Amino acid sequence: MITKPGDVELIANAAGLAEVKGRSLWQDARRRFMRNKAAVAGMIVLVFIGLFAVFGGFLAQYPNDYVDFTLTGAGASNGVPSIETGHYFGVDPDGRDLYARTVQGTGISLMVGIVGAMVAVVVGTLYGATAGYVGGRTDGVMMRIVDILMSIPFMFVLILMLVIFGRSILMLFIGIGLISWLDMARIARGQTLTIKNKEFVEAAVATGVRPMTIILRHIVPNLLGIVIVYATLLVPNMIIFESFISFLGLGVQEPMTSLGALINSGAGQMNYGRLWMLAYPLFFFLITLFAFFFVGDGLRDALDPKDR
Amino acid sequence: MTLKATLRASTAAALIAMGGAALADGHATHPVTGATLATEQVFTYRVLDEHSSLDPGVVEDVSGSEIVRDLFEGLMNDDADGNLIPGVATGYTVSDDKLTYTFTLRDNAKWSNGEPVTAGDFVYAWRRAASPELASPYAWYMSLMAVEGVDAVIAGEAPLDSLGVSAPDDHTLVVQLSTPLPYFVQMTTHATTFPVPQAVIEEFGDAWTQPDHIVSNGAYVLSEHVPQERSVRVRNDMYWNNDATIIEEVVALVINDENQALTRYLAGELDRTEVPAGQYPRLSEEYPDEALSFPRLCNYYYTFNLREDGPEAFKDVRVRQALALAVDRDVIVDNVLAGGQSAAYTFTPAATADFTVPSVEMAAMTQDERNARAVELLAEAGYGADNPLAFEMLYNTSDAHRSIAVAMSQMWKQTLGVEATLANQEWQTFLEARGNGDFELARGAWCGDYNEASTFLDLLQSGSGYNDAKYDNAEVDELLMGARTAEEPQINYTRIEEIIAEEMPVIPVYHYAGVYMLNDALMNWPVDNVQQNWYSRDLYKVAE
Amino acid sequence: MYSFILRRLMIAIPTILILVVFSFVLMYAAPGGPFNSERPLPPEVMANIEAKYGLDQPFLMQIFNYVWGVVTQFDFGPSFQYTSRTVNDVIAQGFPVTLTYGFWSAVVALVFGVTLGVAAAIRHNTWLDYLAVGISIGAQALPNFVMAPILVLIFTLWLGLLPGGGWNGGQWQYVVMPVIALSTSYMASIARITRSSMLEVMNSNFIRTAQAKGLPMHRVILHHALKPALLPVISYLGPAFVGMITGSVVVDVFFSTGGIGQFFVNSAFNRDYAVIMGITILVGVLTILLNLLVDILYAWIDPKIRY
Repeated sequence: MITKPGDVELIANAAGLAEVKGRSLWQDARRRFMRNKAAVAGMIVLVFIGLFAVFGGFLAQYPNDYVDFTLTGAGASNGVPSIETGHYFGVDPDGRDLYARTVQGTGISLMVGIVGAMVAVVVGTLYGATAGYVGGRTDGVMMRIVDILMSIPFMFVLILMLVIFGRSILMLFIGIGLISWLDMARIARGQTLTIKNKEFVEAAVATGVRPMTIILRHIVPNLLGIVIVYATLLVPNMIIFESFISFLGLGVQEPMTSLGALINSGAGQMNYGRLWMLAYPLFFFLITLFAFFFVGDGLRDALDPKDR
Repeated sequence: MTLKATLRASTAAALIAMGGAALADGHATHPVTGATLATEQVFTYRVLDEHSSLDPGVVEDVSGSEIVRDLFEGLMNDDADGNLIPGVATGYTVSDDKLTYTFTLRDNAKWSNGEPVTAGDFVYAWRRAASPELASPYAWYMSLMAVEGVDAVIAGEAPLDSLGVSAPDDHTLVVQLSTPLPYFVQMTTHATTFPVPQAVIEEFGDAWTQPDHIVSNGAYVLSEHVPQERSVRVRNDMYWNNDATIIEEVVALVINDENQALTRYLAGELDRTEVPAGQYPRLSEEYPDEALSFPRLCNYYYTFNLREDGPEAFKDVRVRQALALAVDRDVIVDNVLAGGQSAAYTFTPAATADFTVPSVEMAAMTQDERNARAVELLAEAGYGADNPLAFEMLYNTSDAHRSIAVAMSQMWKQTLGVEATLANQEWQTFLEARGNGDFELARGAWCGDYNEASTFLDLLQSGSGYNDAKYDNAEVDELLMGARTAEEPQINYTRIEEIIAEEMPVIPVYHYAGVYMLNDALMNWPVDNVQQNWYSRDLYKVAE
Repeated sequence: MYSFILRRLMIAIPTILILVVFSFVLMYAAPGGPFNSERPLPPEVMANIEAKYGLDQPFLMQIFNYVWGVVTQFDFGPSFQYTSRTVNDVIAQGFPVTLTYGFWSAVVALVFGVTLGVAAAIRHNTWLDYLAVGISIGAQALPNFVMAPILVLIFTLWLGLLPGGGWNGGQWQYVVMPVIALSTSYMASIARITRSSMLEVMNSNFIRTAQAKGLPMHRVILHHALKPALLPVISYLGPAFVGMITGSVVVDVFFSTGGIGQFFVNSAFNRDYAVIMGITILVGVLTILLNLLVDILYAWIDPKIRY
């Protein structure tokens, strides 16, 4: 529901890409990717954002939970961004250094996105590949389960879980992981169906290799292209998803924060002459999403031979 | 001897009644002030959330009670200063043993369908509020009022008619108490005690409060209700004092987001909204005639968990003292909230009627002295750099609570090197955790049920269900018991506050203020009523 | 085709049952009952309340009674929080609101999204294409809880054109901002999907043939390319519409529209089990039905698909 199923269609368009051509496919793809300026720019931006999230904290003049009591609440209007005070991005409504918080929030948001995508990759791929490879009744049952899970309003269930079990990063990851793998499982299954009749798989079967080994050694590696594309497009959706959870006040616990939480608290201040509280986190949020979308689109075009 | 309590009939009310006719022409003026009235008398205000119910017997939230006070009228009302004035009752007498109250009801009170309001309606309403069948979450209010036999009725062990309330005739209501209660009459301004129309309830069941069905006896009747969006009430022509009502229509709009509500207020869609934390100084500068702040009868505190299985550190009074001392309350009231709240060093708010704030040592110190003392005490208790104190502080999800918790935890960290981890929970989860003692330090706040110090100090009585700290001090219990019948309860209250300041089972942080943006054309808002029992029929709008 | 529909409906029943049981168990396990309040209730009052709502019965009995009431009488029980209303009342009041602005959001998203996508595709790799891609990614990335207050600032406070919230029976002035806030991100998704599938269709042989025959560009697009290019958009519509209902939480909070999203979140925070379950089941059923509808529509448009 949240994972923008449209992306599944985008990926499905790329369905032809898994034609197994060994190394040449990847070389081809890289050449095509490098020609796509938007995608390359996105990649560079992502590297910078990653560096910002990991090492940006070393430049911060204040810890992310340190409150300057002269700049808290009513005084926050004086916490304008300034190099001299060391508050490069100003302060948040509670008088804490927004730069340090943006660094830390970017880290959490990226982590949520990446963990969500990784769960999707691992669970979704294995599940889909197994269903597709084994086929028959097992396939039927496994895919029906996916159908059933897909018609559960997961956003509602996640809200319930966070309300009931209390918020924690772990609960957020579990919730996001629960949702993210479903589409991936469908895509992986579809691809597996076309791969499993290929000669190299039949050869492996003939030589008595165990089914699990075949799935892991022969099927999964050949799903990699499409999985990478889908995972890249999944990350920004997970980040958007987390921001919505933060909006409901169900995100990570203080003093930790995420870009979504920062944007939400900044959005409340925008008519109070404190636009920077919204602007900085929103800027990082937007460029991160832009970068992921461009890289994802670039990867899809690069790995899709049809669009040459 | 029977004490005859004659209530001063408000001369203002009489004057309003006379001048009401002037409303008919376009240039109506207010009968008392003579101000020119606006032609459109509609009052629109923001509520944070949908009210829980409009059934007087069931309603439990502030926004619901505000509406119920307009729709229904009980025995007594509050005036603008929070003094008691007659409602449906014109007066009452108290027996010598202070256990029997006899109310005389006015004979011109009517329901909105024209039926007279009788003492029987009150008897029905009170029995209903206590009945197991209604299962009202506010049934406890009836037992707080100490009505004879109420606990057995609530428990379903005694029939409804064993409740100590009766109607010898249509205009006399007699209430029997099980123990003397000095503030009993004040408690009759509360929604739980309002009359309800028996015939309508029996006809429509739970749906009787819907606009199509509801019959009420207050100055207004409910004309529209769209849950989570709006409710509208309009003048009740049958109200006995209808001629004095000036506001024709009152609209309550549900707006969850306070910043959004402020934007809509500034766009002229609302006559009243709350000011978000920290915004009052700016708004009172930009809109000096509209930004409003006045004290309210509520406190805000953090409570230690003093149970056996609670944190070891908090069993040491020096640790509790140190933490309480190191909270710079001036920063919290002047910067974080900045809405005219007052720093709290005692539990009971200064605004409480007949209560003088005792001078406690902490209040007289400067913050530097407090911090120095706090550092000393914590070191004495054995906590320091090599053995840092660490605990979790629990609050319920809300921007303002978060800001205060963030500030407090940093004060402790910066002054004492204490590591306080923040934990916020949803309201219901929070209540469960706090009630079960599943916390170390938790936020608390209390608004007075009636205007008397015991409504606050009762919270620290060892047997009280609201004593989340499980603070247990026999002397406090004794003093509270004594205050109920004492001629001069203030002596007891002063002593209790002193004990609290010594033993510090809770950290008082601040006392509330009502901080509003109020349309400057809207007059007569009862800013001096610390309980904020306001009635739309007292308000009016002047022509701009 | 009919057997396909029948099969899908057969799956729907266990799905809904699983949904009901799952959410019931989740809430049963939850700390904090619906009747906790700041002042803890005396045990006898609590017992009265629990008896009234049947919460004193064994767990299996409770769930059985609930499911029985739902299945036989479409009765979702009384709301715990809004005592004078039943869950059916709550849904009957909130759902039409959500449905109204959800529907208009879908229309707006579809019209503008497809237009933007087609324009980008036929002007592939021109400034128009880049602009369209930029707009659509921006619109998808900008959280609607940022957009909603910005809209109110502009249209209500500064321009004074539209009321800042409320529903008022669905007059158009009250619907405009919710629709803008809700539709943008879906418009963006639809634009991206349309662009990508349009590009693919435009490169296919039959379009090249049509072009070679010398048909004018607009005819090629409208009569030949658009229909196959819209297939992925259609399969996106079902989930998108359900996503909009979830997204209505933000709209309801900012515009006080009184829709179903606000009821859900409030009920979850207040442990109003009955309302939570009612809405969860409603949205679940809706999801299933919409997916089914989309599949049928898909089959109808694309004759190649056989079930």
